[in-house]
Amino acid sequence: MTDTKTMLTLRVNGDPHTFAAEPHHTLLEVLREELDLTGTKHGCELGECGACTVLADGVPILSCLTLPQQVAHADITTVEGLAKGPQLHPLQTAFAEEGAAQCGYCTPGILLSAKALLDANPRPTRDEIAQAISGNLCRCTGYTAIYEAIEKAAEMSAKAAQRV
Amino acid sequence: MLRLPRFRFVSPPSIEEAIHIRTEHPATSMYVAGGTDVYPKMKRRQFQPEVVIAIGGLVRDDFRGGTLAPLADTLPSVAEEGPLPLGPLPLGLRIGAGATLTEVAEHPRVREGYRALSIAAGLVSTPQLRNMGTIGGNVCLDTRCNWYDQSLFWRTAEGYCMKTHGDVVCRVATSSPRCLAVASADTVPALIALGAQINVVGPNGARTIDLAECYREDGINYLALEPGEIVTEIVLPPSDGWRSTYLKQRDRNSFDFPIAGVAAAVRMDRGVVTDARVAITALGSRPVRVDASALVGTKLDDEAIGAVADATHKAARPMDNTSGTISQRKRAARVFADRALRSLRDD
Amino acid sequence: MSELSILGRRLPKVNAWAHLTGSARYADDIRLPRMLYGRLLRSTRPHALIKRIDISRALAYPGVVAVVTGADMPEKMGIMPSTQDETALAVDKVRYVGEPVAGVAALDEDAAYEALSLIDVEYEDLEPIFTIEEALDRDDVKIHDTSKRANVFKEVHLSFGDVEGGFAKADHVREDWFFFEGNTHAPIESHSAVASYDADGKLTLWTSTQVPHYLHREMEKVLGLPRTRIRVIATPNGGAFGGKSDPFGHEFAAALLSMRTKRPVKITLDREEVFYAHRGRHPVKMRIKTGVKKDGEITAVEFQSYLDGGAYASYGIATTYYTGALLTVTYRVPAYKFDGVRVYTNKPPCGPKRGHGTTQPRYAFECQLDKIAMDLGLDPIEYRLRILQPANSRTVNELRVTSMGLGECLRALRDRTSWERKRSERTKGKGIGVAGSAYISGAGLPIYWNDMPHSGAEIRIDRGGGVTVMCGTSEIGQGSDNLLAAIAAEALGVYPEDVHVVSGDTSLTPVDLGSYSSRVTMMAGNATKNAGLKLREQLVTVAAEKLGIPADRVNLAYRKVYDLKDPERSMSFVEAANLAEAKYGTLVGAGSYRPPAGIGGNYKGAGVGPTPAYSYQAAVAEVTVDLETGQLTVDKITTAHDCGRALNPVNVEGQVEGSAYMGYGEIVVEEQIFRGGLHKKPSLLDYKLPTSLDTPKLETILIESVDSEGPYGAKEAGEGPLNPVIPAIANAVYDAIGVRFDETPITAEKILDALGKRDNRGITKDRIGPTGLGDGKADPKRAMRRLEASTEARERKKTQV
Repeated sequence: MTDTKTMLTLRVNGDPHTFAAEPHHTLLEVLREELDLTGTKHGCELGECGACTVLADGVPILSCLTLPQQVAHADITTVEGLAKGPQLHPLQTAFAEEGAAQCGYCTPGILLSAKALLDANPRPTRDEIAQAISGNLCRCTGYTAIYEAIEKAAEMSAKAAQRV
Repeated sequence: MLRLPRFRFVSPPSIEEAIHIRTEHPATSMYVAGGTDVYPKMKRRQFQPEVVIAIGGLVRDDFRGGTLAPLADTLPSVAEEGPLPLGPLPLGLRIGAGATLTEVAEHPRVREGYRALSIAAGLVSTPQLRNMGTIGGNVCLDTRCNWYDQSLFWRTAEGYCMKTHGDVVCRVATSSPRCLAVASADTVPALIALGAQINVVGPNGARTIDLAECYREDGINYLALEPGEIVTEIVLPPSDGWRSTYLKQRDRNSFDFPIAGVAAAVRMDRGVVTDARVAITALGSRPVRVDASALVGTKLDDEAIGAVADATHKAARPMDNTSGTISQRKRAARVFADRALRSLRDD
Repeated sequence: MSELSILGRRLPKVNAWAHLTGSARYADDIRLPRMLYGRLLRSTRPHALIKRIDISRALAYPGVVAVVTGADMPEKMGIMPSTQDETALAVDKVRYVGEPVAGVAALDEDAAYEALSLIDVEYEDLEPIFTIEEALDRDDVKIHDTSKRANVFKEVHLSFGDVEGGFAKADHVREDWFFFEGNTHAPIESHSAVASYDADGKLTLWTSTQVPHYLHREMEKVLGLPRTRIRVIATPNGGAFGGKSDPFGHEFAAALLSMRTKRPVKITLDREEVFYAHRGRHPVKMRIKTGVKKDGEITAVEFQSYLDGGAYASYGIATTYYTGALLTVTYRVPAYKFDGVRVYTNKPPCGPKRGHGTTQPRYAFECQLDKIAMDLGLDPIEYRLRILQPANSRTVNELRVTSMGLGECLRALRDRTSWERKRSERTKGKGIGVAGSAYISGAGLPIYWNDMPHSGAEIRIDRGGGVTVMCGTSEIGQGSDNLLAAIAAEALGVYPEDVHVVSGDTSLTPVDLGSYSSRVTMMAGNATKNAGLKLREQLVTVAAEKLGIPADRVNLAYRKVYDLKDPERSMSFVEAANLAEAKYGTLVGAGSYRPPAGIGGNYKGAGVGPTPAYSYQAAVAEVTVDLETGQLTVDKITTAHDCGRALNPVNVEGQVEGSAYMGYGEIVVEEQIFRGGLHKKPSLLDYKLPTSLDTPKLETILIESVDSEGPYGAKEAGEGPLNPVIPAIANAVYDAIGVRFDETPITAEKILDALGKRDNRGITKDRIGPTGLGDGKADPKRAMRRLEASTEARERKKTQV
């Protein structure tokens, strides 16, 4: 209880947040406890499950093993930033339709891993999808519905792009 | 939630400053780059530094800007890769130690000239870990052990081990005079097979070391670096004529550290081996270079491969302190050496 | 009833949107004003007396607000009223490493964690017991004083039909021993509870639990607070699989710390603690003897199970019975003898994991049937088809079978997997195997004896046409909230999105016994349907009057109430609801469900096994074995599952695939194992949950037998499909390399051992598994000696230094 908090500014989902945090608190703790962004989950806090995955400048990282100081200059995206206002991301729609979220707990992390994949590779093969989410443990689905949902989201995005 | 212990986080502006801080707190400070090895160990109270010195950005700048000593060839950043012609690299390759494992695994120059490294870096843990963890960090990865890589609670219940408590026995073999924790970095055997050196900077200046000479058969003092030294670059010799690969045994195809790893590299000239290197990891406290001279002058024929596979088997000294079993891992050393070398044949 | 409008469609779950936007509120996401953070101190000893606990240093630590110990809550508790042998925090004695001993509440979690090391506990070590054999042998060491014989927790002995005569008639008798290793649920969300004791003297507990109702009862007992002043709210569970269906120490500790401090207290377990909370799959040794005629017809089965229960009861009585109860419902067994014993050991308590108690015997039985098929020269699928238990029948142990789709499952698999072609194209290292199974759609009896419903649901319709369903079920990811919404929507002719679901809240929702034993679809589904149909009747009556048509021509669907003969003649659902409210007053319908009488026998022990309807399933596994490294790869699992009716095929397929995945993990990589009472793998790195790169290709075939008892014909889907996967893989490995794996998991080491490649001796084996209860090397005192040796070595070295 003796630590001095330090002031930090993070850019999360496009919004700047300035807050005071203890210097040993991780990005995960800061997102959940200082910024009330509890959509980012935690399953082990040791880098062994992927539940806390967020994007830093579009790249999936583990918020449980990141200090906020290390990403002070990055754009952080959490699951709360996936939808654009009322407009859901195609991944969210596809996950709902394909039943890719059962308990939903690993889902935020998987959505972000999948977003990074689709942003870099709009029409991934199933093997590429399996690789992309190989750092996210899911205990409910057996992954099949997740693959189908990511494929569907890729299709939806491709169709939307054609229409434009 | 399992949290980090309290500590002071410093982000020095230069390598010199980082070394200075580290020297000021010799027993109570640590360097951190990607943090993927340091932070979990801090959460489990295996490491309890009072000062954590961030160096990831520092070495990374060097890699990007290429401002260290004159470079033979610099690993271009991804943005620069366009104009560089692919092909053999007669002058070798330098990789800033702050490059992430993803960058190393996916870089076209590494993929083409140093395939074992690309494969090994790509097989480390998970995509997220590879996006965070650095090649320098992987080279310095702490040794691992079933009795050591546990929480403070678990180790309290067990009664600790030699690696954290000098007055306690080694749990793996209670009569062992040394710590038997296991070398577990995937990239290291690949780098050794590729003949890598590392550049380090420390309180006493800069130096270059053969990577194969960087490790000790001691789970505690496993790194032959001086206190305060920072790995700044990985230097790879010319890749012309070399082909290489890396095979990894583990329980799952993601997340897991190797329980046996074999890297093999051969230099071929018109179908005949002119030089060869084989190195193994996760089969002892240090990565070991295996004598592969039997291959030289052959066309990678069965007999020569068999001899090197035997030598690899012999060099493997697994202990019962990782996942899997001793016999399974020792056997894998032979099978993987055989398979790795066969995969390097023409055809 | 006309055609279904909602059920049977592939619709998104009503709660999917919360999951997908990060707005679902799991227990650890809750933060209340002035909330304190708690942590538990856990035992470092497997078996010891607590001589003294001194909390003074911890209390003095900056930031610490309160500390509680076992002495503060000495009341015995446990999920089964007849075997309550646990306390919220250990009192006087600890029985496994990781057992909670004390709880700390502090201003932040850092301080709570740091204060743990300031609690001084003085232990006096007792001899620990770690194996089934030792537990049965050692009369001189008692983990619980209540054990009459050695460390036996429960023994059961049942016999049905003429067993001796059955074996006498047999042309061929097989007897095999099996061992099923323990494993754990490992939901990605760790357990978490937030307690708030408010100024009005009422306690609210938000917790990640599958059983809010049972927990409610235990809270009253342990805290001494009347149930009228306790409200338990089951938060959405981030996975459970049976692992959150006991009352846990952290729930009581959070509550008591809140009562002491008058501030909300949150305790969230870290991952390692989840491994100690456990309640997972029991390690079980099994002996199974089966007699068959030349054509394969079973004449008698004798089955013995020895369960390693860990330190406490949990659901142990039920688990023990379950190892024997369901072996009879898949194939015709005219005579059956079952003996089961569960023992205490100094390890975290085992309990119910997906497939509760039936997974281990199903593995043994299906592996043995595969051997019998080989002995008789029969194709394994053809053999099973010959001996199926018929639909609408009684088993020898008096279980009522209604719909029975195992035959259809097996035939569908034979076609879909090109079974016959793959069986005939043999290559060494490649194999294909099959197994069948069954599971209950909810236990026939509640955990405490009573005549009340197992599930109740209440539906309200508001003046805007909104429907609210309230039911005590717990949403654990299986889709129970969606089920409630979909059934209410079907019954009332609206869309699921028109339905608000309130679930798992002991103050707001009628009792449902909980999300365990695959009971929700059957029981909460029927309760909701009943509630909905009551309201539907009122709507039909007012609509018939208004539209001037007979009531039997009125239909409700798609937010319309209309004439079946002339759909243009209609009114909106809101209009009908308003008319009904004017006529009947506030629109509230209550429904409940209790399994029918007579679905099981009357003997002692007949309470475990009966269910309103059994689900049936079968799986085919295709595997590849690396003959040099011993690596087993499961290439594909195809599962056919008789779910009665798929109320939402997406969700049913999800349950089947998830079960297949979990079964795969259990036989290939997962094991909850110990060294000297210390968990060997208490992390997600060391305890191997299969990743996306390991999990086989999964394919699902749904068989709809439309059950007479199930709501709209539905049966369970969440547990049964796990069971056949495990023996199917073992049988496929036999097909690949000719080695029987009569123990789990099938590791590379064991494969190399069987292939004669483990060492230089080259001795091959055609079977890996136990040959009796013990391994012959049992040394009951070994554990203690090891403990002493390790302490001695440490001391010796200390004196040298």
